[in-house]
Amino acid sequence: MTTATQPLHRRLGMTDEEHESVLGLLGREPRPAELAMYSVMWSEHCSYKSSRAHLRRFPTEAPWVVVGPGENAGVVDLGDGWLAALRIESHNHPSFVEPYQGAATGVGGILRDVFTMGARPIALWDQIRFGPLDDARNRYLFNGVVSGIAGYGNAVGVPTVGGEIEFDPCYSGNPLVNVMCLGLLRREQLTLGTAGTPGTVAVLLGRATGRDGIGGASVLASASFDDESQEKRPSVQVGDPFEEKKLIEACLEMYESGLVAGVQDLGAAGLSCATSEPAGRAGVGLDVDLDAVHVRESGMTAPELLMSESQERMMAFVPSQNVDAVLAIAHRWEIDSAVVGTVRDGATLTVRHRGEIVAEVPAASLADDAPLYDRPMQRPDWIDDLQQTPARSIEDDPSDVLLRLLDDPAIGSTAWVHEQYDHMLFLNTVVGPGSDASLTRIRGTEKGLAVSTDGNGRLCHLDPRAGSARLVYEAALNVAVTGALPLAVVDNLNFGNPEKPEVMWQFRESVEGISEACDALGIPVIGGNVSFYNETEGVDIHPTPVVGLLGLADPMPGQPPRLDRAAEGMEIWEIGPAPTSNLAGSAAQRVIHEELRGRPTLPDPDAARQVIGLTSGLAHQVPVLHDVSDGGLATSVAEVCIASGIGATVDVDDPGYLFSEDPHRVIAMFHPGKVDLPAGMARRVGTMGGESLTLGGSPPIDLETLTSTHRDAIPRRMAG
Amino acid sequence: MRIAVVVFPGTNCEMDVAHAITSLGGDAELIWHRENDLSDFDGVVLPGGFAHGDYLRTGAIARFSPVMGEVERMAGDGKPVLGICNGFQILCEAGLLPGALIANRDLAFICRFVDLEVTDTDTVLTRSAELGQRIRIPLNSYEGNWVDPSNTGRVAMRYVDDPNGSQQGAAAVANAGGNVVGVMPHPERGIDELLGSGDGRALLEGFLDSLVPA
Repeated sequence: MTTATQPLHRRLGMTDEEHESVLGLLGREPRPAELAMYSVMWSEHCSYKSSRAHLRRFPTEAPWVVVGPGENAGVVDLGDGWLAALRIESHNHPSFVEPYQGAATGVGGILRDVFTMGARPIALWDQIRFGPLDDARNRYLFNGVVSGIAGYGNAVGVPTVGGEIEFDPCYSGNPLVNVMCLGLLRREQLTLGTAGTPGTVAVLLGRATGRDGIGGASVLASASFDDESQEKRPSVQVGDPFEEKKLIEACLEMYESGLVAGVQDLGAAGLSCATSEPAGRAGVGLDVDLDAVHVRESGMTAPELLMSESQERMMAFVPSQNVDAVLAIAHRWEIDSAVVGTVRDGATLTVRHRGEIVAEVPAASLADDAPLYDRPMQRPDWIDDLQQTPARSIEDDPSDVLLRLLDDPAIGSTAWVHEQYDHMLFLNTVVGPGSDASLTRIRGTEKGLAVSTDGNGRLCHLDPRAGSARLVYEAALNVAVTGALPLAVVDNLNFGNPEKPEVMWQFRESVEGISEACDALGIPVIGGNVSFYNETEGVDIHPTPVVGLLGLADPMPGQPPRLDRAAEGMEIWEIGPAPTSNLAGSAAQRVIHEELRGRPTLPDPDAARQVIGLTSGLAHQVPVLHDVSDGGLATSVAEVCIASGIGATVDVDDPGYLFSEDPHRVIAMFHPGKVDLPAGMARRVGTMGGESLTLGGSPPIDLETLTSTHRDAIPRRMAG
Repeated sequence: MRIAVVVFPGTNCEMDVAHAITSLGGDAELIWHRENDLSDFDGVVLPGGFAHGDYLRTGAIARFSPVMGEVERMAGDGKPVLGICNGFQILCEAGLLPGALIANRDLAFICRFVDLEVTDTDTVLTRSAELGQRIRIPLNSYEGNWVDPSNTGRVAMRYVDDPNGSQQGAAAVANAGGNVVGVMPHPERGIDELLGSGDGRALLEGFLDSLVPA
């Protein structure tokens, strides 16, 4: 059957069974506009129909959780009337089809999720993954995505203070572009996505609605890629950071003036979502007049208006006496606005267009009655072989291995990327990109917000449960390095095709691993996103959960540890469990042996807790603390040498030790006798000083070679 | 003495500039671009950002905003006028400073600390600095490459290691009177050692000292 002769519901990405459900729900054949609304709201992207059953496993409660999963962003209490809102999202498929706009609109969308809550967005992080840079198409995608993030984030005026970069062949046909945003607000400004009470007026704010992004959630984000994927380019939206900046300021002014009852952003599923979700949450009905919607193009049909994902739009629910004040604020900020609906008694969402009723459905059914799939799961038969083949040891000279690691684009300097991002706006970035965690101060308080994002597809491919748990522990240790303690987690779960039982098994294992680690640390998951169908031509990506962890330093250290604060004569100590020489899933295994096998070292919850607590306290005393992760101890010390311009001697010969990525370890540097570390938890591994880095008996590497190798890892590839 | 910090739609450094001025003891007020009377102000700052989205050409639309008539008048009256980053671009578009700012030599946005050298102290921005003084503050721009075919601009500060291809390595440019200055790096981002540098204070303090009552 060709596309044109398929029934409407299939062309909209719905299965026959889902179509039957709509029939049963309405007791009649759905009108085209109704079918359009169900197709986008019941898409995998919007409804989490394959993942919801598993996501219930996440621990989501803690005394400091103000808003948990299910709203536009999670919100936690920071004390003294301050709240933080955190949200993570993926824009994987749009970024493959059109890298600049795909990444740019990802930034725009995540900002709206956060300022919808009443928060001012204060920082962004991007977690991006591509195929190897020796391929011209991967360079094009990488460059386009970085430019898109820079183009949107810099112009809208929210600093991008960190993120992650990973390269692996599994992402060649399906890059991953995740983006996370942190917002700050006073408790009284908290705003929820509710339609309020009958009589409340729906005001559509921002850009005019056009035909862009129609079906983005359903036909683009919720399907796999094939040769025809480029034809989906019209499903990618186009962003306008200038409109968004004005929209942010106008909305924040409305919240501060107490003018709105609730707000919902228009992202995936556009008006369908921004009308049905707030009405459903409030348990009210809503009348919507599509003729009132301000449009960019004439002749748009009702389904097009309801499905459009035109960017930079917000729906405000405004008590009728405040409507004039809201419209005046919109006018002053030079953004368009339109009164498009009224909240009614009952529970029916009624949509009119050109004088006719085009949709009349139970408002809550679009969100609440979405299908729930318990998809089959199967442990992949290849995983035993993979785990039971031990990782090979490294016989090469450690200095050579280190230089090859520093030349790797995932380990080398990220300056080529982060110097394209404004990471300093707002004058609060105390620790910025290229560090274990970013640290953003809250002016007028002693508090600092530490954030780390961590993903590792290779580790999770070998062991999705332990690998995912290790991400949480690593992120928690990263924020401890700034003096913070972990507070809450959001996650972006990037997986392959959920209709394959092996992928669903990986997914379930990963959720379990994240949950176990959060349980062990006593921190909740306050939100997340699931991105399935990350496969191209039938090949799935590695399971790639990305964890974003927020920590609070209160008080923030007066001089937070930084890599460039090392000095001649400082001792180098390693804190945490002594590593095994297991290289399974490590960067050294990838770079030196170009293979992926073995069973990664399991995390140890008790050790994790101890090291995190100790590190967080040490951050107030020692000038340098640095996580030991990608590239192991040797790489961590080298990064300090590069940042501080001081050499080092590491008294370790065993390459297995030097490059092991076993968890729960940091290095600390301080002058002799300045700090007492608990016996058994720490060991001296070297000394800072001189003009070169010496690893055990290996030939010294001069600082200039070390620095230039690290600095040029990405630029030299992008020049080629 | 009051300083107007002009906010165009799309400006995004206005709060940072106001904070920096206030923390140095100055009196800053955010002024919307539609304002057409700045007679109560003794000086004006055009902060960084992307005024009107910068979609046509940086500053090309902003120069027509109602407030620019007043900025022009103040410049003519010898009042201190400072444009930072996008503000520098707008002052060039408005003809209050010579030259124009084009895309960086490497066609990439640059956000990092840069080292500057003071080359002219007879301007409202550099009057408290010493000739040859090194200043370290962040650069944050895509179109930071200053070109001046007229060769009439006075270079107040130059990059020690030119990152963007600017003519004469110029990082800050003044008019003949020295009361109108455009600076591409951000002095307001260099007022706190905890964030990397306090060198911007000398510049902004000089600007505050240059104010004379209206």
